[in-house]
Amino acid sequence: MEPITEIRSRTAVLPLDDVDTDQIIPARFLRTTVREGLGENLFADWRYNSDGEKVANFVLNQPEAQGAQILVAGRNFGCGSSREHAPWALLDYGFRAVVSTEIADIFRNNSLKNGFLPVVVDSGIHGWLLENPGVELTLDVESRSLSLPDGRVTEFPLESFSRYCLLNGVDQLGFLLNHAGDISRFESRAGI
Amino acid sequence: MSAKSLFEKVWDRHIVVPETDETPAILYIDLHLVHEVTSPQAFSLLRDAGLKVRRPDLTLSTMDHSTPTIPVGSLQELKVVSEPAAFQQIQQMERNCEDFGLELRGMDSDERGIVHVIGPELGATQPGKTIVCGDSHTSTHGALGALAFGIGTTEVAHVLATQCLLQRKPRTFAVNLEGTLAAGVTAKDIILAIIGEIGVDGGTGHAIEYRGSAVASLSIEERMTICNMAIEGGARTGMFAPDDATYEYLAGRPLAPQGADWDAALSRWQTLPGDDDARFDKEVSINVSALRPMVTFGTNPGMVIPVDDVIPSPAGSDPGFAKALDYMALEPGRPLAGTPVDVVFIGSCTNSRMSDLRAAARVMAGRQVADGVRMLVVPGSARVKREAEAEGLPEVFEAAGAQWREPGCSMCLAMNGDFVPAGKLAVSTSNRNFEGRQGKGARTVLASPLTAAASAVNGKISDPRPLIG
Ligand code: SF4
Repeated sequence: MEPITEIRSRTAVLPLDDVDTDQIIPARFLRTTVREGLGENLFADWRYNSDGEKVANFVLNQPEAQGAQILVAGRNFGCGSSREHAPWALLDYGFRAVVSTEIADIFRNNSLKNGFLPVVVDSGIHGWLLENPGVELTLDVESRSLSLPDGRVTEFPLESFSRYCLLNGVDQLGFLLNHAGDISRFESRAGI
Repeated sequence: MSAKSLFEKVWDRHIVVPETDETPAILYIDLHLVHEVTSPQAFSLLRDAGLKVRRPDLTLSTMDHSTPTIPVGSLQELKVVSEPAAFQQIQQMERNCEDFGLELRGMDSDERGIVHVIGPELGATQPGKTIVCGDSHTSTHGALGALAFGIGTTEVAHVLATQCLLQRKPRTFAVNLEGTLAAGVTAKDIILAIIGEIGVDGGTGHAIEYRGSAVASLSIEERMTICNMAIEGGARTGMFAPDDATYEYLAGRPLAPQGADWDAALSRWQTLPGDDDARFDKEVSINVSALRPMVTFGTNPGMVIPVDDVIPSPAGSDPGFAKALDYMALEPGRPLAGTPVDVVFIGSCTNSRMSDLRAAARVMAGRQVADGVRMLVVPGSARVKREAEAEGLPEVFEAAGAQWREPGCSMCLAMNGDFVPAGKLAVSTSNRNFEGRQGKGARTVLASPLTAAASAVNGKISDPRPLIG
């Protein structure tokens, strides 16, 4: 994983609560054995109509949202299935972070393992972001802070180990493998 | 020593390296369930890194999501009935298991089935175990007192390679179930009512423990239905303390301990129930005696009402609520019962076990699926299928005009060719009514097997109670 210290981008706003992983990437696109290429079908059923044409008023199809790397979404983003295809699809499309008031557990975990930044802010900041699509934000991993264009800065929670891994591009599997001795000792102690 | 909950006991017994401010705990995993959809990229990761599976003996593999539910006799036939990508995924799973030395309960195995159905029925799911799977409904296994939760594919690779996970301890949430269920009201109605109460994010960051006076009267299969949907309330997992019903359920199952090992296991399991004075970060109580059959009306499982209530109006303007009702083509203030039904699906890891099929058959016996309704009954596993056949259940379904299928996830997530057509309304015993979950444009109403069967017979969303008299 590449180290990530800062994400600076305009936002795209999807102002819906409880956006589930079936919306982020519908199940029929999970018949894949690789991670790449999922971006094309990110939010497929909202983005394309039944003839495969783009739905004009869906945010990702609007000219202003092109190139935005930060998605601002409603509460409880990423609920539902454990499919890691959801952050893979967001990343493959070009998003690097999501900002919400609440992010579902498994989605958050999966995101952090892929360098996709889940950012939780209070409802005041969130409400402002929903009302001001396209503003430029800076997300700083080191200081766990989000800066608004008007100078306001707010901190967001980021578990310390995940932060360390993001900043240093650390592969968590490598970290676990370094504990092989502890794992073996646990197994013999527990008789497993 | 301070009082501990069931969750805390199981958690503490699996700590390889304790958590600190800087690092999460390293948690040992006793059982890793693997299926074809969320594992291919994990196996690739191992291959690229030149790693082996650390404990093939603690890994249980099967295929369920993309497999067809019409009988296939050969690989050639499988290729014909499957979409190319699904077929490739099935083949890849076979290759991965072979390359990494994993026993696969594959297409030709009589132990194949939905991963959350076969774990318990094989006796692999046991009290006090830590169990994970690249699948959010892994919480199902908590019915037997296991700490079981869903993980992503990167974590699947972590467990394959190290049998461990990096985890921060979740908070705890007691859901107290008091009273006894009325006739026609089921475990599915309990969990739908819980989600209605706490909301689809009410459990976020928490591990649920179900407690209270109603627990003793719930069968293990009913507990599975309730644990299965803990994730729909946002929780990482749900669990029930093991009791005599648990031990009775497990005794004699193929992968359960036998003989002296059983006795040793039993004395270990009996220490698991939480202490009476264990404290929880959050608590809620539900009087199950007052429950009625529940049905969803929106596009998440929290949008749920008793079947004889009217669809609520949102408090204030809620674009999500309006969008959901628009998608469902339903209106606030109107009854949901009576809405015409196109498809009825009995199946999924929530409700595809013997007790579920028996409940549906009880309603269907001597009755007909209404004209214009397509009803699909999909057993959760090859074993459930055999048992149902031995009991004559398929005859009941088929005589009523329903289709009896091969085991698998099927229409629950519609990636194997079984799906609900766009715009059609399905009453489904599965766990997710998300937009498009059962097929692009499909409208899903979640319900119990009784309610689903009653709706099939009447051709409209129906209260099952009049039919089970
Ligand atoms: S039955 Fe449905 S919810 Fe259960 S494992 Fe299969 S797809 Fe997932």
